[in-house]
Amino acid sequence: MRKTKALALAALGTALTMGLAACGGSAGGGGNNNTGTGNTGAASTAKHNDGYTKVVNPSDAKGGTLKFAYSDEPDSMDPGNTYYAWNWNFSRLYARPLLTYTAAPGEEGLKLVPDLAEGLGEASEDGKTWTYKLKKGIKYDDGTEVKAADVKYAIARSNFSAELTDGPKYFAEYLDAEGYEGPYKDKDLANFKGIETPDDYTIVFKLKAPFSEFDFLVANPQSAPVPQAKDTGLEYEKAVASTGPYKMESYEVGKQLNLVKNENWDPATDTTRKQLPDRIEVQFKQNAEDIDQRLLAGQVHADLGGTGVQPAARAKIVADPKLKDSTDNPYTPFNRYAMMSTKVAPFDNIDCRKAVQYATDQVATQAPWGGPLGGDIGSTLMTPTTVGYQQFDLFPNGADNKGDAAKAKESLSACGQPNGFETNIAVRGDRPKEVQVAEALQASLDKVGIKATIKKYPSGDWSAQYAGRPDFVHKNKLGIMIAGWGADWPSGFGFLSQIVDGRFIKDSGNYNMMELNDQAVNDLLDKGIQTTDAAERNKIWGEVDKKVMESAAFLPFVYEKTLLFRPSSLTNVYVHPAYGMYDYTWLGVQQ
Amino acid sequence: MTAPLDVSGQALEAQPEAVLEGAGGKAIEGRSLGQIAWMRLKRDKAAIAGAFVVVFLTLIAIFAERPFGGLIALFGDPPNLPNNDLIDPLTSAPIGAWGGISWEHPFGLEPVNGRDIFARILSGAQISLLVAFLATMVSVVLGSLLGMLAGFFGGWADTFISRLMDIFLAFPLLLFAIAIVGAVPDEALGLKGNALRIAVIVFIIGFFNWPYIARIVRGQTLSLREREFVDAARSLGAGNSYIIFKEVFPNLVAPILVYSTLLIPTNILFEAALSFLGVGVAEPQASWGGMLTRAVDYYQTAPHFMIVPGLAIFITVMAFNLLGDGLRDALDPRAR
Repeated sequence: MRKTKALALAALGTALTMGLAACGGSAGGGGNNNTGTGNTGAASTAKHNDGYTKVVNPSDAKGGTLKFAYSDEPDSMDPGNTYYAWNWNFSRLYARPLLTYTAAPGEEGLKLVPDLAEGLGEASEDGKTWTYKLKKGIKYDDGTEVKAADVKYAIARSNFSAELTDGPKYFAEYLDAEGYEGPYKDKDLANFKGIETPDDYTIVFKLKAPFSEFDFLVANPQSAPVPQAKDTGLEYEKAVASTGPYKMESYEVGKQLNLVKNENWDPATDTTRKQLPDRIEVQFKQNAEDIDQRLLAGQVHADLGGTGVQPAARAKIVADPKLKDSTDNPYTPFNRYAMMSTKVAPFDNIDCRKAVQYATDQVATQAPWGGPLGGDIGSTLMTPTTVGYQQFDLFPNGADNKGDAAKAKESLSACGQPNGFETNIAVRGDRPKEVQVAEALQASLDKVGIKATIKKYPSGDWSAQYAGRPDFVHKNKLGIMIAGWGADWPSGFGFLSQIVDGRFIKDSGNYNMMELNDQAVNDLLDKGIQTTDAAERNKIWGEVDKKVMESAAFLPFVYEKTLLFRPSSLTNVYVHPAYGMYDYTWLGVQQ
Repeated sequence: MTAPLDVSGQALEAQPEAVLEGAGGKAIEGRSLGQIAWMRLKRDKAAIAGAFVVVFLTLIAIFAERPFGGLIALFGDPPNLPNNDLIDPLTSAPIGAWGGISWEHPFGLEPVNGRDIFARILSGAQISLLVAFLATMVSVVLGSLLGMLAGFFGGWADTFISRLMDIFLAFPLLLFAIAIVGAVPDEALGLKGNALRIAVIVFIIGFFNWPYIARIVRGQTLSLREREFVDAARSLGAGNSYIIFKEVFPNLVAPILVYSTLLIPTNILFEAALSFLGVGVAEPQASWGGMLTRAVDYYQTAPHFMIVPGLAIFITVMAFNLLGDGLRDALDPRAR
């Protein structure tokens, strides 16, 4: 689960330790409605959402300075120590993982292609050994050659050390490296048995159990090589050894990052990146609304966070067809939803859960996200851009999604609570949008007699102390919990396993807040991850989705979307479906 | 107020009814201090305007919602009812000019969910004034009592209470309040939810503001206890408690009244600040500070949402301040 906001950091941190969080990308591509404002007067002929289906302003013109601004600062610029969604995109400018996603809009962009590796991973017969061959002649910015041991070292430091805490720990979860304590405690890399490097160009991953989506794991920035001699631990983010088209010129933490061209990057070895601007500059900690204004004025080229414009700029854009033609409205990997605890009365009764499903006014719960531009009304766990997504709606709540009071009343009677009942809605109090969703839900439930009280908890400890702790949930009778989930790689497994697998219910840091432990669901997940045929596998994820929705414990609100603005000076712009934002490695600027 | 009140101030205590009647009209030969003060107050237009606003707001707050009836119900939507139909989903702002102002929604609508701002302002007035009044009462009771004790007895009692005041005045109240309110459980002392929160806020504000009153009361008491009428009472055999409550206290009513009136707006602001920081009363209960917090994100698209609660706070605080200043001028001519 990648973070889109710094606030998510702490909560997610706990998630990471368990590994299977989900993935994030996207497959479907569709789903965007071009409203077709039909304006032809704009300087650029591109229309709203064009960047979603094709490359806008294609150009090979070099030179200029590409300017980013960001309202916050990253957890780290170290590719091995970051869990920010935008940084998995941005870090590719200077750090090449073994595999990466095809540089193309739409479904094509969800396909993995070799980056540092010569080809996709070769799995052994039993699915427990994955082998990658490095391309020969790849150099760091100082001219030294990339060796297989550097990749091994990068994964050892990012996944097995106590120092680098910010990234996910999938490799620690899946690799067979019992007892290894990380390269800072144990300087001898030979003691790390989870990865073998028989020669300088071969990397062999040894897994505890078969895992058919391993290729997705090595597409995350943690597989970008790090030379052991150059590693300075947490300080490494200031001087990353670059393999990409750019290298760090200077980095002032929390203020400014400057990248310049890396002369030792060979485009012949790289099928996914361009090297157009002379410089790339990032300003951190800028006021979000100020960023929007500078974006609209063309003073900065992109909002690094990739989470879209603020309400004020949104209103301006909606009112002006010209501005609207310079925007894209892609899905993010996030689903925004509530979970009903099957262990808190009266939600231990499925009919009481159904009553909530029918009573919810999904237009009202969509409004806080920014209406239709902020997300499509959801009815499933997986989002439309997750591979394996299937469209279905088990609990239609009226033709306009505004709630079906009659059906809700019926369910209430079936549940034995014809006059409604009292319950609590837990929400992260420091997330204004989620609080507004809770209020909207409260108001819709009130109409059918369900009296809900909103309880706010800090997002920092949300997972460790509050909603992620079943005993706390039971004790405080938190019947409904407002949450969100985004996947780390675009497949159903990453999205689903952490939030629906009954075996992942934990005493703390629990993301299966429904406490749904359905043997059929668990079995399907196991079957899926051992299925090597991708089409077959993706069908299974759809079945899991349906099975979970049948429990009525998962209450979807919206498949999140963002409104991205592309100034006319930006060239080669398209929304990369794996990241849900512009492909930062392609951008150029018009002089 | 550094000088003690005139001795004749006792008239205030001796015949309060007479004072009011005197103000009512019929010519009475001599004028008590109370009458003079009332006359002065009447001449102070700003103070009278403030007083009217205060009375008006108080009535609104009392009759806004249950238990005393329903101004809100009379005028339109309940404060927590969303009106998503009246919101433009693309901009999150209310449809229509000036934030959706109409006869049904005289102050417009809240962005995103379309709740009626008029109803929420009224409902918020209840919270603001309730907290401010109760907290002021706590401060006044504690402050007067401790201030009189310190001033009257002197010695170690004075030293102790004065040091206590210094400690309380040095306390980082806002930070403390945020911490405490954040840590309050859902249920305690037989109270639940917002009732408990209001109780806690009242306690914190009241409990930490008493030194302001106490200092003034102590100073007054120090000089009052040396006065002839106190000696006279003592020589007639009056005990300490009699002297404190029957001789000294009546002379303190005026300054206490003035400073409580001035404390109320401070407390309104404090409650608004707590709500603004998210540790006031819990949503969906409306509060002025809470509305301001929400408004920050939409100040460009729906400025009315910031202006209306801002004005409500401004007018209320201003009215109380004008009234308090007027009262002080009227009751203490030398302070002019």
